[in-house]
Formats: sequence, C-alpha cells, structure tokens
Amino acid sequence: MSLLTVDAITVAYGRSKVVNDVSIEVPAGSIVCLMGRNGVGKTTTLNAIVGLLPLVSGAIRFNGERIERKAPHKRIEGGIGYVPQGHQVFPRLTTEENLRVVLERNRSMDPAAYDEALDLFPALATMLGRPAGLLSGGQAKQLAIARALLGRPELLILDEPTEGIQPSIIGEIEDAIVGLHATTGVSILLVEQYVEFALRLAEHYVVMEDGSVIDAGKTGDGDLERFSDLVTV
Amino acid sequence: MAQLLEQLFNGLSTGSMLLLVALGLTFTFGQMGVINMAHGEFIMAGAYVPYVLQTSVGFLAGFTGLAFLVSLPLAFVVAGVLGIVMERVLLRRMYDRPLDTLLATFGVALLLQQAAKDLFGAPNVSISVPPFLQGNLTLGGVVLPSTRIFILLLSIALILITQYFLYTRVAGRRMRAVMDNRDLASSMGLPTGRVDSITFFIGSGLAGVAGVAVSLIGAIGFQTGTAYIIDAFLVVIVGGLGKLRGAIVAAFALGVLNAFTEFATSASIGRAIVFALVILFLQFRPDGLVSFQTRGLIA
Repeated sequence: MSLLTVDAITVAYGRSKVVNDVSIEVPAGSIVCLMGRNGVGKTTTLNAIVGLLPLVSGAIRFNGERIERKAPHKRIEGGIGYVPQGHQVFPRLTTEENLRVVLERNRSMDPAAYDEALDLFPALATMLGRPAGLLSGGQAKQLAIARALLGRPELLILDEPTEGIQPSIIGEIEDAIVGLHATTGVSILLVEQYVEFALRLAEHYVVMEDGSVIDAGKTGDGDLERFSDLVTV
Repeated sequence: MAQLLEQLFNGLSTGSMLLLVALGLTFTFGQMGVINMAHGEFIMAGAYVPYVLQTSVGFLAGFTGLAFLVSLPLAFVVAGVLGIVMERVLLRRMYDRPLDTLLATFGVALLLQQAAKDLFGAPNVSISVPPFLQGNLTLGGVVLPSTRIFILLLSIALILITQYFLYTRVAGRRMRAVMDNRDLASSMGLPTGRVDSITFFIGSGLAGVAGVAVSLIGAIGFQTGTAYIIDAFLVVIVGGLGKLRGAIVAAFALGVLNAFTEFATSASIGRAIVFALVILFLQFRPDGLVSFQTRGLIA
C-alpha cells in the first residue's frame, strides 16, 4: 500500500514545464530516493507535493486521499514533515523559538515531541537561546530536521540533507535518520546527490532527467556506479 | 539651558508622535513589504473616533474624558477592521507586486478621504481635550503640556505591549516566523494567510491609536493622514525595515533633530535639513539603523 502517490504531475513556471508527467510511489514504511542532476526538477517536484507550487495537471494522494488542492499547512498537518533544501531556518527566531513556533501550530501537537527532537540532535540543546541565523550550516540542517519531526509525520520529505555539510555531521544526520526509521517506521522521500549516502538508506529509487522520470525500481548491488553516472554533471 | 531642555522635550514629543504613526507601519510595510499608502487614512479614521464618541454617542457625549479613554481601544478596532478588510479584499491578490499594492492602497486612501468628507464634512473639527489632560507641567523651568506627556507615555506603553506580544505570545512568535520566511512557514504547517490578516489588523489598529493621539494636538480633517504618511515611512526606512528597535531610535532621533534644526533655522528649512541628513545617512547605511546579519549560509 502506498502512503504517497504522485500521479503524472506536471508543474510549470509560467509557460515552461519544469516537471512533466512525473509519477512517484512511496510505499508505507519505506525510504525512497529521488535522484538526478542539478536542475532536473527534483526540488520542484517536492515543492509541488507540499503545496508550495500548483500543479498544471496530475494528482497527489496521501493515505489514499487527494491532497493536490489543499493549502500547504493542511498537507503538513495531515502528516507530512518537510525539510527544504539549503539551510532553511527562521533566522531571527532563536533555536528554541524555531521549534516552538511549529510545536504551537495547533492543539493536537504533542509537547513530548520537543524533547524527542532534541534527543535526536543533542547539539541543538546547547544552542536553544541562539538566533538560528547564527547557527552553522550543519546545526541549521539538524534544526530543520528536528523541526520537521515535531508533528510526528508519517512521511518525512528531505531535500538534500547532506548538501554543504561536513562529513562528521553527515554521519550524525544519517544515524538519526536510520534510528528514526527503525524506531518509528516513518516513510521517507529523500532527494540526494550524494549517491553512497542515498543507497545506504533507500530501498527504492527514482531517477529524473529533464523534468521526467527515466528510471525507477528497487535498489540493489551494483547500483553505485550506474547512479553515479546518472547524477554526475 | 532652559531653552535647550525645551527643544529637547519638543524633540522627544515629536519623536513619540513619529513613533506612534510609524509603529503600525513597521508591521505592514517593514515586515510584510506592503507599501500601504492608506496608512495615513487609518490614522485619520482613528482620529475621528474620539470626535464621534464625544459628539454623537449618547451616554458618552457628556463625559469627554471617558469618551476619550474608550476611544483608544475602539480606534484600534476600527482601524484594524479597515486594515483587515483591505488585506482580505485587495492585498491578498497582489503580494510580491509592490507597485500594484502602492497604487491599490493609494486608491483606498482616496476612497477613505472622500468617505470622511461625506460623513463629517470638509471643514476640520476638534475634539474636547479631556479635563485630566488639560494644563501643563513645569519641570526645570520648562513648560510641558500634559497632552504631550500623555502622547510620550502612550508611545512607550504601545511599544511595551507590542514587544510583549511579539516575543511571548504564540500569535506573536508565529507572526515573526511568517515575516522571516513565508514559504518556509507555510511548509512547516503555519497558516500564513491567517497570520497575514492578524498582522494587518495589528498594524492598522496601531495606526488608529496613533490617530487618537493626533486628535489631541490639533484639528482633524479628511486630510489628516496625508500629513503623517511621509514621516511614518521615513521612520521605518531609517530604522531598518521591520525593526522595532530601529524604529524607536529613528523616531526619537528624527524628532530631536527636527526640533533643533527648526529652532536654529525655520520650519521649512529645518525639515529640508532633516531630509538631506536622512539621504546622507542612507548612503552609508542603506539597510537603516538596525540590520540583521546571519552566517551567510542561512537563507
């Protein structure tokens, strides 16, 4: 049973189609990696899934329910956690406020999720009073992941979690994702260009080129070289 | 010395007035990026509230002081509702299109001016200054009108309330998050549309309270707002867009500067000097007095 079904979606900026007839399945409890070179439409696809960009055509189903016409905050409330590309935090809010503002978004949020998020990334607990704009890239990325987990999502969408991050922090992030997946069974849709990292985590892959899906399937032996060719610029 | 103190008080008094008229704009212009040309008319709407209460509302008509005090929260609501209606009906369709919002809000400003003219007539009117604000206080040989002291205290009170709201209340924190990064807030599940409406309500409401203060220091008319709109934008720009702390320093600095340059020259030359100094200042600090720096990686 698929948790998320992206069904033949097309997304355009003005008249230029950036994502064309793309379909992706995320089975419940699985990790799916979306791969491709820069500019093939991976982030645009994710932005369309969370509702930041409208669809020209196609459908998106989450838990069997059509969500493509819902506002972004309704989709997130429905059980999606999103970690956008880059180091996206609220820079003028402190680390603690970055978490609180999400934790306070509605009454159904569980306050215990705050401590769980900090347990996952203990370094954040030492910087609660610091404006998030002053965190390092790795710390900001950890904060972004912790924040996305506060709503205890069924699906976590991660857009290049290793981009511009030093290897030791990548290790911490990988451990956190693996641990989280093992303990909660959260499904993950991951966009990643660091192929070794992606293949260590994912059970399924989707490869995009020029706005379309050109390959999809289960990950297995011998993928590394093939995918490295597909994502290398 | 007494003359110096008098000018300093005049400056602080003008500064507090500037702060009051600009406070709401730090939300709507500074944080949301809407060039709201109708901000002055929200001030005007607030200014008419004590006048209407004192002259037309039965049980309050005889009590000028009570009517005045009631007008403070009521002006907030009246101007706030005008703001929320404008945001919902017009501005929501044109975020990220500053020129369109400028023209549309200018149109709203003209409509509100005409409405005020139709409702209250073209000639200016005055409110009755409440008994407890009549008279002066003499301090160190300087005569301080009670109304001016009240306006100074009102501006301080509003700053404290605004700070308390923004930094300790859930809705305030949410507002700051949306102003920081709208798309991110949306993708974190925050209802950005509702937050925009609340922000506009508060920003416009503060303009209404400023209007009540304006009604204390002179006659009010349908063009009352136009006298304040340039000053309000000036304070927000000099202070740094959306920076409350910057707006406070900018308002008092401009007020004191204005008082001393006007004292040394004349009203119009003094004003020209202030504008020239602001232009010069912005050459060196285009982001205004207070700007926020990040580690560069952060979006």
